[in-house]
Amino acid sequence: MATVSQAAPSVGRPPRIEAIPIRHWGRWISAVVILFVAFAMLWSLWHNPNVDISTIRHNLFAPYVLRGVVVTIELTIIAMVIGLVGGVLLAVMRLSPNPVLKTVAWAYIWFFRGTPILVQILFWGFVGALYKNIFVGLPFTGIVFGHASTSRLIGAFTAAILALGLNEAAYAAELVRAGIISVDRGQYEAAHSLGMSGGLTMRLIVLPQAMRVIIPPMGNETISMLKTTALVSVISGTDLMTNIQLAYSQNFKTIPLLLVASIWYLAMTSVMSVGQYYLERHFGRGFGQREGEAAEKRAERRDTKRAAANHV
Amino acid sequence: MSNPEGQPATPAPIAPASEAPMVRAEQVWKSFGNLDVLKGVDLTVYPRQTFVLLGPSGGGKSTLLRCINHLEQIDAGRLYVDGDLMGYREHGDKLHEMRLKDVARQRAKIGMVFQRFNLFPHMTAIQNVMAAPTHVHHESKGEAEKEAERLLAQVGLADKLEYYPAQLSGGQQQRVAIARALAMHPKLMLFDEPTSALDPELVGEVLDVMKNLALGGMTMIVVTHEIGFAKEVADGVALLDGGVVVESGPPGECLVNPKEERTKLFLSKVLA
Repeated sequence: MATVSQAAPSVGRPPRIEAIPIRHWGRWISAVVILFVAFAMLWSLWHNPNVDISTIRHNLFAPYVLRGVVVTIELTIIAMVIGLVGGVLLAVMRLSPNPVLKTVAWAYIWFFRGTPILVQILFWGFVGALYKNIFVGLPFTGIVFGHASTSRLIGAFTAAILALGLNEAAYAAELVRAGIISVDRGQYEAAHSLGMSGGLTMRLIVLPQAMRVIIPPMGNETISMLKTTALVSVISGTDLMTNIQLAYSQNFKTIPLLLVASIWYLAMTSVMSVGQYYLERHFGRGFGQREGEAAEKRAERRDTKRAAANHV
Repeated sequence: MSNPEGQPATPAPIAPASEAPMVRAEQVWKSFGNLDVLKGVDLTVYPRQTFVLLGPSGGGKSTLLRCINHLEQIDAGRLYVDGDLMGYREHGDKLHEMRLKDVARQRAKIGMVFQRFNLFPHMTAIQNVMAAPTHVHHESKGEAEKEAERLLAQVGLADKLEYYPAQLSGGQQQRVAIARALAMHPKLMLFDEPTSALDPELVGEVLDVMKNLALGGMTMIVVTHEIGFAKEVADGVALLDGGVVVESGPPGECLVNPKEERTKLFLSKVLA
């Protein structure tokens, strides 16, 4: 490094400032207080016989808990897929110039966001009380191709998926719509001027850019969904919470088993946060910090590929 | 203004070979709400010509350009590109609006370069150039890639294939945008103030690419404030103000010895 500036070589660079930094006494004091409180709470928990570490240890990987965990994960994934697909559909409907589609989408979102999820779950759980049988046929003609009893067709698991997925679609629709709106008008014009149709423009140009805006809140939605699945225990959805509740209603080890549930939910949401990081990185391409290095790597790969092709 | 509304001062008699025009605008009107932006514009551009549209902001230059590839729908008159009526189908004496799919087919023949580049930010330079050939013309990936590399080399960016738009300077982005438009093998290129958003230092590199295109025989309509470019490259120029063509003709006449007072006033301000 040059120590003398070229413009004025006779002056030289003045010495670096070596000032005494400000002391933050407040930070030290608050840290000590907080550490003491935290230690006291952990100590009291550890020495509380009601926590019952051995029950936690025995139940953490018990088959009924693991079965519940699998169902919880299944519920989360399926409900989110339904939510995301339905959300994109509803968002495109709301943004379409067709007044019928627009109104239908608006009404759907109005209904599913306006009623509590717990009510919706119970509703689907007891849908058999509303329609005893489900018929497939032409309405008002009396022609029926087949029918089945509702309670057989929509069990607790299906009811849980319908409730969570259809509810999520309403929320996802608003996120997707915000993402689509955030894409600049110029992107549509550029795509159209290249001869792209409306659908292609949406798929190739708009949605990938909207994803960058949609992914972070969708990650939050997924984590929130994982926890919301616990509500389906009210219709015996066979998820983690259902099984835990069933267990402590029989052995009365309520607190240790609730701790088991907490540990599993925490573990699952932590893993999801990691997944969210990679998704954000994928859809944030073109906007990142270290893009220069990445571009050089891609160029290198292209060169080696071409060199290999020339050899053949 | 020296002439009444709707009447072009001079009819643009830039003598071509006896060829069908690439662009023919006949009494084109366009309004936004109550505001008439184009008030009966006539314009004829022949193949391999470079035509420059000049004029003050709000004069209607950009709107005319956007009407040519139907990004804006005209309200009256007729607009033909390569013999096709843009945006409408004529059945007897009735006009039917075209579906977006059919408009897209017309637009694929017309390249457009925007003031603010409008590159796709989530795609690298080469992906930007390849997007339309692979998805609209369904070219094979290898074929499109080869052509994209050639076009990016042509605009002097052979070493920037893998860069995202955000990593490129304005001038480089605009050259990618030109390569992207050329990848569809357009018959006509429209430039909407392509250098207005650039640092003064970067204007030259974009104008050079455009000059080479013009020399290569591309038909071009350019909205710009670069009088030097118009004098050097254009076959014809037109001054638009208040939604009408105030004066048009070869640059040697219009820009050197303008007939209309409005043109003189505009040139004195731009060149000052």
